Amino acid sequence: MARLTETRQETGTARTLVFDVPGWPGHLAGQHVDVRLTAADGYAAQRSYSLSAPDRVELSVQRIPDGEVSPYLTDVLGVGDPVEIRGPVGGWFVWRPGAGRDVLLVAGGSGIAPLMAMIRARRLAGRGTRFRLAYSTRTPGDVFYADELRRPEPGLDVTHVYTRVAPDGWPRPPGRLMAADLGDGPPDRDCFVCGPTGFVESAADLLLARGHDPRRIKTERFG
Amino acid sequence: MGIVSPGFHGRRRESAVKLPPGQYLTEDFPVLSAGPTPRIPVEEWELTVTTETGRQHRWTWRELLDLPSETPRVDIHCVTKWSKLGTDWQGVSLDVLLADVDTAADFALVSSYGGYTTNLPLEDLLDGQAWIVYRYDGEELAPEHGGPVRLLVPHLYFWKSAKWLRGIDLLTEDEPGFWESAGYHDYGDPWREQRYQGD
Ligand SMILES: Cc1cc2nc3c(=O)[nH]c(=O)nc-3n(C[C@H](O)[C@H](O)[C@H](O)COP(=O)(O)OP(=O)(O)OC[C@H]3O[C@@H](n4cnc5c(N)ncnc54)[C@H](O)[C@@H]3O)c2cc1C
Repeated sequence: MARLTETRQETGTARTLVFDVPGWPGHLAGQHVDVRLTAADGYAAQRSYSLSAPDRVELSVQRIPDGEVSPYLTDVLGVGDPVEIRGPVGGWFVWRPGAGRDVLLVAGGSGIAPLMAMIRARRLAGRGTRFRLAYSTRTPGDVFYADELRRPEPGLDVTHVYTRVAPDGWPRPPGRLMAADLGDGPPDRDCFVCGPTGFVESAADLLLARGHDPRRIKTERFG
Repeated sequence: MGIVSPGFHGRRRESAVKLPPGQYLTEDFPVLSAGPTPRIPVEEWELTVTTETGRQHRWTWRELLDLPSETPRVDIHCVTKWSKLGTDWQGVSLDVLLADVDTAADFALVSSYGGYTTNLPLEDLLDGQAWIVYRYDGEELAPEHGGPVRLLVPHLYFWKSAKWLRGIDLLTEDEPGFWESAGYHDYGDPWREQRYQGD
């Protein structure tokens, strides 16, 4: 059983939620939880959400218009309210601070959540593994963790890709993720790709075309 | 019943059919896999069935197409909570494929191009319960859905229906596959909600 302790508005349509979960066993960056909501008459719905921090139970939820669960989490659930959370789940799409190899993160929309957990885990570990993040959103206003990602951090290289509207003077015209957005440098990296299915499909194809080893490309699809 | 979430009513997209617990209906066809989509030309595709004694049986793409096929219409249930009803496939029943394979094995470990594996009791592949399929909804099976050939075992969670099917090892002892080693249930019956180990 989890209780909401803190929230932060991430964008106009997304909210970050921090929970207190007594007895939480800890988790790895990249794992997710199942959230289960139950109505007064017993009707229940559950969905998966990635943990967006390595050291506490924090989720970042994008409101899907028409959605059953996400609008409740972004708009209704209040501080102090209980929810059922199950996890952590998933032992594949994870980054371990000891891994040592350079990392390429590719995020689409709310797919940044588990990748942010990895960026934060790297910071906590205080080690020099080099990270590169290519983050695709429709507009600058859709960027999660905008302030945190704007702060310079040695060894972390962040590229924003805007598909609909770019800020004034932005060098890259709005459009879908392309090979050039993934940076240059040798393809000998561990890659983590996360976002909606279509985005993950095309990003993983771009990585393969650039010569990345398919065994080192891990993907998580949000549906 | 779980803890009531104050103010949650749910959407209850009711359907005439009963879904396994925790599942919701989807109309589109979500894609889930652990890595990039392998693209295997049919001329290079091959299926190998290896028995517990090491005996190998092989089928090429052409040989597979020459076997009698069936067109199962089945409901499918993914562990990530979506269910899709009345999906149409074409492929070869495992009863046909394994008819001449001499084995005393109780388990199967299925493997894919790209390295994925998943395990099942052999009896779950037989008696009209499983197919290897190469067409979906009247079309060639798309690579993101496992084309050219995937396994179809609709009575278990869909991670058992391995995409990009390449081999089946018949084993006398159970050996967990990719997700089963990562904390997912060994058997995966959606109606008993066997999602994770210990369910
Ligand atoms: C492993 C995993 C981790 C996830 N992590 C996160 C996360 O960190 N943050 C987050 O916001 N979401 C995440 N998701 C997605 C989340 O589980 C839900 O699918 C999403 O919140 C929508 O649920 P809903 O009940 O609001 O909408 P539903 O009632 O399920 O669907 C409403 C409508 O929106 C469509 N739809 C559903 N999901 C999406 C989507 N993702 N994009 C576009 N359309 C959609 C449906 O097809 C439907 O038409 C994750 C999914 C998985 C599998």
